[in-house]
Amino acid sequence: MAIESTNTEQPTIRVVLAKLGLDGHDRGIKVVARILRDAGMEVVYLGLRQTTASIVAAAEEEDADAIGLSMHNAGHLALAPSMLAALHDADLDIPLIIGGIIPEADIPILEGSGVAAILGPGAPAEEVVTAVRGAVAART
Amino acid sequence: MDDKKHAWQEQYDATHLRDVPFETMSGVPVDPVFGDAPLPGQYPFTRGLHAAGYRSRLWTMRMFAGFGTAEDTNARFKEILRNGGMGLSTAFDMPTLMGYDSDSPWALGEVGRAGVAVDTLRDMEDLYADIDLGKVSTSMTINGPAAALLAMYIAVGEQGGVAKSDLAGTIQNDILKEYQAQKEYIYPPRPSMRIVTDMIRYTSAEMPKWHPVSISGYHIREAGSTAAQELAFTLANGFAYVEAALAEGQDVDQFGRRLSFFFNAHSDFFEEIGKFRAARRIWARWMKERYGATDERAMMCRFHTQTAGVSLTAQQPENNIARVAIQALSAALGGTQSLHTDSFDEALALPTEKAARIALRTQQVVAHETGVTNVADPLGGAPYVEWMTDEMELQAEAVFAHLDELGNGSILEGVYAGIDNGYFVGEIADAAYRFAREINNDQRIIVGLNEFTDGNDEDETNLLRIDHSVEELQRKRLEAVKQERNSAAVEASLAAIRNAAEDPTVNLMPPIIDAVKTYATEEEISNAMRNVFGTYVEQAIV
Amino acid sequence: MSVKKLSVPELVGRALEGDRRAIGRMLTLIERGGEPADEITDLTHPATKGAHVVGITGAPGAGKSTLTGQLIRHLPTLGLKPAVLAVDPSSPLTGGAILGDRVRMDDVAGDGGFIRSVATRGYAGGLALSVPGSVRAFDACGFGPVLIETVGVGQVEVDVAGAADTTVVVVNPGWGDAVQANKAGLLEVADVFVINKADRDGANDTRRDLELMLDLSHVSGLEDGTGYRPPILMTTATDGLGVEAMWEAVTAHQAHLEATSALERRRAARFRYEVASRLTTRMERSIARSLDGLTPDGRSPATVAADLAADLLA
Repeated sequence: MAIESTNTEQPTIRVVLAKLGLDGHDRGIKVVARILRDAGMEVVYLGLRQTTASIVAAAEEEDADAIGLSMHNAGHLALAPSMLAALHDADLDIPLIIGGIIPEADIPILEGSGVAAILGPGAPAEEVVTAVRGAVAART
Repeated sequence: MDDKKHAWQEQYDATHLRDVPFETMSGVPVDPVFGDAPLPGQYPFTRGLHAAGYRSRLWTMRMFAGFGTAEDTNARFKEILRNGGMGLSTAFDMPTLMGYDSDSPWALGEVGRAGVAVDTLRDMEDLYADIDLGKVSTSMTINGPAAALLAMYIAVGEQGGVAKSDLAGTIQNDILKEYQAQKEYIYPPRPSMRIVTDMIRYTSAEMPKWHPVSISGYHIREAGSTAAQELAFTLANGFAYVEAALAEGQDVDQFGRRLSFFFNAHSDFFEEIGKFRAARRIWARWMKERYGATDERAMMCRFHTQTAGVSLTAQQPENNIARVAIQALSAALGGTQSLHTDSFDEALALPTEKAARIALRTQQVVAHETGVTNVADPLGGAPYVEWMTDEMELQAEAVFAHLDELGNGSILEGVYAGIDNGYFVGEIADAAYRFAREINNDQRIIVGLNEFTDGNDEDETNLLRIDHSVEELQRKRLEAVKQERNSAAVEASLAAIRNAAEDPTVNLMPPIIDAVKTYATEEEISNAMRNVFGTYVEQAIV
Repeated sequence: MSVKKLSVPELVGRALEGDRRAIGRMLTLIERGGEPADEITDLTHPATKGAHVVGITGAPGAGKSTLTGQLIRHLPTLGLKPAVLAVDPSSPLTGGAILGDRVRMDDVAGDGGFIRSVATRGYAGGLALSVPGSVRAFDACGFGPVLIETVGVGQVEVDVAGAADTTVVVVNPGWGDAVQANKAGLLEVADVFVINKADRDGANDTRRDLELMLDLSHVSGLEDGTGYRPPILMTTATDGLGVEAMWEAVTAHQAHLEATSALERRRAARFRYEVASRLTTRMERSIARSLDGLTPDGRSPATVAADLAADLLA
């Protein structure tokens, strides 16, 4: 038998998590970071006050499989499209997942504009993990 | 013992009581207080600040409002006053809270959303138009740029002929909890603390009816802390402000009377009541024993309470009305001085007018129908309640001991160190995660969330939608103000702020008041200080 | 087109041209290990230019990220193009990780620099392979210096940081406990000491403690017999105070290494260490496969091992 080198591991999912804009509510996103870590993912946590440009740069450098943004200030109808546009301009085909306070009526609008998944407040851990895995699988 | 009872009686007899019968619904008269000394109104105030409890005065029903433009919020304020609200509480939008104007790139999507947008004095004039500032008490929930907003309020008062010494209210201005929980900071902790102490000094001297800091546990709890952490971190922050003001040579009996607190009322009924009672006892003892206060008014922990926004569910939102009622009752039994009740739809959006009215009605029901206001501290002496109060105190004291050690005998330095090394955010994140996991494992039932979910698929209730045109409108208003103002005067006033910022012996309030009167914007004023103080970036403690 | 669909040579080609997405993807493949990682090693090796590798290590909360952030703001003003590998531990229970170092060093985005967050992924061999691989990739793509930031708590992390050309050990005032320092193994690997948060009380005491420890201990440069003594710098990372002087100390160490041919020695040692790690990893995998399904068959364990070894090395 020859000595060989093969990659036997399952690829680890890498997720960039950030708060886009000024909204400082980070309880939810921190819980989500731990949920994803506990599901075996690597979470690159960018923290508060990020811009679309800083998120794009991180997604490129970290080779993110998914981007998760948390929104609690009702700015999602402006912020989510601006994030999607920035990803498009950078030619990045990475699923965008939005979590936070999103009224039901806005969900089809966001999904229609290209958001891969939307997680409401108090979404159970399983739902969070499934949403991320599903969004990543859909793009590969 | 008899002396204390006698002293209480004298105090009670000297109190002007509300003109209602203090008897049960069935007509049985009840005593104003039960149990042993120390009684309500007596040090250490575990049982309340006033001998007569709510017999003299109900808590202030202070409803928080703010959205869209200043005119929109002004209309809501008038509605609140018409409905029997007694104080105004102003919510600002995120750009305002962070020291950015509505035309900043940071403001995209945020203008007028989570509160009202205030860029210049012009917005403040519209916000309080046709409201007599000499008659209402106003609370402004703002921290990083608090000095600019207080300056604008003073200027609006002056325009309406109300002297600043007659302005009554509270500005939150609790910068320490921003680094720990709410994250709406601008400058690093130490220069921020200097702004706070400047404001304490200024208001102590010039505005006797103003509370310059509302030391807030509310946001610590909302960020996921336990009840004991909320209590401990909040009071520790309070001690830190006291130590900072003492270090400046301010008089503890003077400024101590102006400090007030802001707590969260969550759903564990007795834990909350124990927390409120422990807060009063701890504060009184520390102010007297550690900080040398001699005036009892400087030992009193006065607090505002808000029901727990974090407890509201987006699922079957009407159930939140029940949660809010129970939480409001705990605040009343805990002896709060004022109360905001959350609207049932707040897990989804800003409250609609109807939901806000139901929330106000909820606390009116507690105040007027339940009879809990007949007796001061009606639960005092109950073994469970007294044990819970002691337990809360014990847990809080352990935190104080840790911070005291961290700061080598200074709570102020301990709090700075705890901010720097991630102690506070780490503790809060751990508690939040534990809670989330308990729900996730069904160890903890949240009705409608992980159990009793029939009805979750019903149609969503009507939500308040903020029109996207607000952003455009507000930018135009700001543009117009910038066109009209005297830019040389603006520049000169901003230079004066920079100079004051560079000299720690100068109070920042007067130059900031001068600047707002030139219609310098909030962002311009904040930038003048950003230039000198720098900005803060938190380390990632997840 | 998504970089995920490129072949390894195409991917490396684009990375070497400076395509940031391609670089990011290439680093992922290096971290995953296996054949693609080996192929990348072969393709990037010829393009390396000998970038200076700087390890930055110290206890959690010492201010490494803030200091690194200040450095990557400062270095472009000297015409340099820094890259950062920020290493954080993976959870031993779940294999996942929360990587938060970018929060305090994020000004580099768009300035030509590059930050990559790396999880230790639970086993020493992985990190020992992927870190040199990533350093090589950065070097080949024209970055330099390459900064490796690790928490100096585990032996692996000390090793990784210690495998740099220059290792900076960050301490805080009040840390000056010789026993602790020696326990952590940081003293021996330090080429430059930085006392961060030097505006605090006790900074001078800490400096004295460190000087004393240097007098008593066998530290790297002294052991080389070259007479190099690690300098002790004072910084306040939150204000950027002292960061320029710190970088000057790092370059002075580099000059010392070059002048004394210690650089060659260090890099040769690093080369041997990487080859050894790769060999070990290959052996471990092959051994695991050989053991798969192995049941007692009457032969002694020593005989079985000898037979399997003969097979493996055939």
